[in-house]
Amino acid sequence: MTDSINATGADGGLGGFFQNLTDSIISQIPFWQDVLLPALWDGLWVTMQLVVMTAPLGFLLGLLIAVSRVYGSAPVKWLAQLYVIFFRGCPLLVLLFILYFGLPSVGIVLGSFMSALVGFILCNSAYNSEYLRGALQSIKRGQLLAARSLGMTKMQGVMYVVVPQALRRALPGVSNEFIYLIKYSSLAYVVAVIELTGAAKIIASKYFMYFEAFAAVGIFYLVIVTIATIGIHRLEMKYAIPGVSGAVGKVSKGH
Amino acid sequence: MSDVPILKVENLCKSYGDLEVLKSVSFEIYKGEKKVFVGPSGTGKSTLLRCINQLTIPDSGFVYLNGEEIVHSGKKINGYRQKMGMVFQNFNLFDHLTAVRNVELALLKVKKLDKAAAHEKAMYELEQVGMADRADFYPAQLSGGQAQRVSIARALAMDPEVMLFDEPTSALDPELKREVMEVMRKLADRGMTCIVVTHEMKFATSFATEIYLMEKGEIVEHGPPSDIPTSPGFVKTRAFMGSYVEE
Repeated sequence: MTDSINATGADGGLGGFFQNLTDSIISQIPFWQDVLLPALWDGLWVTMQLVVMTAPLGFLLGLLIAVSRVYGSAPVKWLAQLYVIFFRGCPLLVLLFILYFGLPSVGIVLGSFMSALVGFILCNSAYNSEYLRGALQSIKRGQLLAARSLGMTKMQGVMYVVVPQALRRALPGVSNEFIYLIKYSSLAYVVAVIELTGAAKIIASKYFMYFEAFAAVGIFYLVIVTIATIGIHRLEMKYAIPGVSGAVGKVSKGH
Repeated sequence: MSDVPILKVENLCKSYGDLEVLKSVSFEIYKGEKKVFVGPSGTGKSTLLRCINQLTIPDSGFVYLNGEEIVHSGKKINGYRQKMGMVFQNFNLFDHLTAVRNVELALLKVKKLDKAAAHEKAMYELEQVGMADRADFYPAQLSGGQAQRVSIARALAMDPEVMLFDEPTSALDPELKREVMEVMRKLADRGMTCIVVTHEMKFATSFATEIYLMEKGEIVEHGPPSDIPTSPGFVKTRAFMGSYVEE
């Protein structure tokens, strides 16, 4: 960088600056091709594994917790609430340390990838359960009453009538959590999982190319998040209920 | 008229805290009868209907469906509820499903019909209420009257023996009330046993075989429609009643 500034000064023109920048980029091509990108692809693969496994499991577990909190019996409600208090209240970093460094001392060795996966699922599900709980509670009581009046069990009414509607309402929150998951998956490197950020950090330290390595990683995340955002938007469009814009509905009256 | 009433309600009581909503209500209804409950708002009419099909659990009292006691029937209540179709004031159509899928859902999940059979039955019921042409509309795309007709079809699809109508027209504009009342009349003409809670006195007198006047959780008077409008109890409460909609 210092070289390029000096060179610009020496040439005394903008043309010289661009000439040097181009030279510098060209000289870096082998580094990108042979070192940085292969490492980042490997890291990306690990990140994708973490995200793709965490998202559905964290969602389903979150749904289970939310349904337990809204419709469960008193002890079930209590347990579900305890789960949320604990895993939402505990910083993810601390949770990962406990899983990776702490559990072996009581004889449970999860390994680095599994520690990260379990930590992410616990955290992701706790947050998702809150979005889903809010959505479940926002569905008019009459919907479940109508289901039950037709002879459905409470579980059937919740599964076929309340949950499908609640999922649509929770979608913005749950997708937010999904985007967030893509980014906090970078924390896996603290438990020795070489995912995208970890891979970049190793290369950056080794070749002293911090700017290049992390700029490239930033672009990687940006691309993944953009693709995810487009996917989520499609999902929202697909499941939008015709005739309903936002949460419109008649106020339910009666005892 | 058979010997056993389709539905017999015996000393039903329900309180919310200190508020006694139902004070020992009893009545019975035989096949093909149409009993209409009228009375000022907040007198427990809707609670009575919900205590009949156990959507609200009564504090005490009994409900017999074809002679079988159902208040303490545990899980069997889901079977009994199918025999008592319920229509709500706010329709309560499943917002995420089209009209026809609203009707199909319980046929698939409760009656366990296969898809084709459920669809055929649902379309038949929608036709009965004149809603077949709106089968693929979502509830938010229907008028209130149309939504209520779909909800009637949804209840009828379970082949109930008695229909419970909880202020079916209260949330509707006058014109829309009429289309729902017409469907109810058609149903009654086909011999359906009906219990109706309403504020529409004109409709009540022309529809009912017997009118019950409720006040503060009690049945204060009952009799054939010809008597009720002139009875002293009715004249007294008339001031509190809802509109007198012309049909």
